[in-house]
Amino acid sequence: MVDLSVDLGFLKLKNPVLAASGTFGYGLEFAPYLDLEELGGFVVKGLYYGPREGNPPPRLVETPSGLINAIGLQGIGVEAFVAEVLPKLKNLDTAVIVNVCGETEEEYVRVVEFLNGRDGIAAFELNISCPNVRQGGACPALDPGTTSRLVKAVKGTSRLPIIVKLSPNVTRVDEIAAAAEEAGADAVSLVNTFLAMSIDVLTRRPKLANVFGGLSGPAIKPIALRMVYQVASRIKVPVIGIGGISSGADALEFLLAGARAVEVGTASFVDPDASLRVIREIGEFCELHRIQRVEELIGKLETG
Amino acid sequence: MMKDPTARIENVERWGDYCLFSVETGEIAGRARPGQFLMIRISSQLDPLLRRPISIHARENGRLEVFFQVAGRGTEILAQKEIGDTLDIIGPLGKGFSTDERLKGMRVLCVGGGRGIAPLYFLAKELRACGASPLVLYGGNTAADIPLRMKFEEAGLPVICSTDDGSFGFKGFVTRLAAREIEAHSPAFLFACGPEAMMKAAARLAESRGIPAEFSLESHMGCGIGACWGCVKRIRRGVKEGWVKICEEGPVFPGDEIVWPEGGA
Repeated sequence: MVDLSVDLGFLKLKNPVLAASGTFGYGLEFAPYLDLEELGGFVVKGLYYGPREGNPPPRLVETPSGLINAIGLQGIGVEAFVAEVLPKLKNLDTAVIVNVCGETEEEYVRVVEFLNGRDGIAAFELNISCPNVRQGGACPALDPGTTSRLVKAVKGTSRLPIIVKLSPNVTRVDEIAAAAEEAGADAVSLVNTFLAMSIDVLTRRPKLANVFGGLSGPAIKPIALRMVYQVASRIKVPVIGIGGISSGADALEFLLAGARAVEVGTASFVDPDASLRVIREIGEFCELHRIQRVEELIGKLETG
Repeated sequence: MMKDPTARIENVERWGDYCLFSVETGEIAGRARPGQFLMIRISSQLDPLLRRPISIHARENGRLEVFFQVAGRGTEILAQKEIGDTLDIIGPLGKGFSTDERLKGMRVLCVGGGRGIAPLYFLAKELRACGASPLVLYGGNTAADIPLRMKFEEAGLPVICSTDDGSFGFKGFVTRLAAREIEAHSPAFLFACGPEAMMKAAARLAESRGIPAEFSLESHMGCGIGACWGCVKRIRRGVKEGWVKICEEGPVFPGDEIVWPEGGA
């Protein structure tokens, strides 16, 4: 029997596969299709403090092996989450991670303050890619200084571990990762979506009402993998790999590159139980190659 | 809702851009209601990546039928499937049309434009089973866009056709035909599915005559199960207005809840 568990230091996962924020609703949407307790965990859709309206449609466009979305983080806010969703999640035997959003540094802190100490949350994932309304829409993720300040502010409040979710839309993602680590991040996860667009040549209009959106799906996997490798080579805190993972082999690439866990995102839209298939395929690979513990594979890329 | 990765195509009919599959899919068929939809995988590979939302057209002898028009690369690939091929299906999804006892003995109008006719066959049959008297109005650009007209007649469902170019039946928009039928028969309820401009015109018509109505909306969908929030439309309920996921709370909505986009019609 293969031991699939991984230890993030602050959190033990029964296997290295989490469902990614923004692609797994609040978890409950998937209960008809899979046993949530078989997952290493899942990250719920990003929460601002209040409910959020999101962008006008069209919000989605499919591109080769990918999906560009501009949802605009529509969501129910923390109060409704705690009142209506969390009671149904808190007894699950799996790690429930809350993705935290904010239009300002204060809002991130308020979200964390509100959720601190609530039963059933294992960690926070800090979405530092939210546009900051006071900085002309620039997000904290774009700069080591703003990343560091935000992580310090949230760490000063949070009673739970903080995973900082990094944006790939930067020149040196390892610099941002190092800034997050230095500011006290317990882990980093990457990548969020790549800024992208698509145009209808007949109408000469952008296919998304928001013009720009975030590209996800298998199309981004090689770039995400390179970034995860760069970051894992640079920092000591655990790295969670994200980007186009839709099979066990994809997940294994990220583990070999140094990720201690992975998140499955867009694949869950195609197959609601895609994350379970990824877990099963990792197990089958380990069994076939007589690897007793999946942790033996982490960071074992041979470059010599 | 459930997943059937090996639903077998038992029959295929094609008319130009339009395509009808009859699919053996056990339990999904048993649970299906008119107005609900399926999410169908296009390729087992990674491109095209996403499933496509396809309306449930009928349930005949335990099989589900889907009727769709080639509207892009996904449906183009889907339309090439043949008898004996299998489809990977999730469904039945969403909330369908209201077909309850209230409509017993009532005249009901079902207005379909182009591929929007798809759910109205299942609906009209269900309405008849509830004791209502449905009249189907089936419009298209040309005679080639109303390929299902014989099917309604063969099922004994009253249908009047219209074409924009007059190549078959009533000449003009199907909403003009609807206006004529409303004057003549004052139906108790109106159901519609079709292009947005057509439904918007039908909604105005129904509202002006005080006829309650339901509309089946269409959108690109990422997942079909309420997780991606990509398929939203503007919905108003009382004082609350916002973007609502049509995969979960629709695709069918009462006319008085839909905030139609500006322009068009």
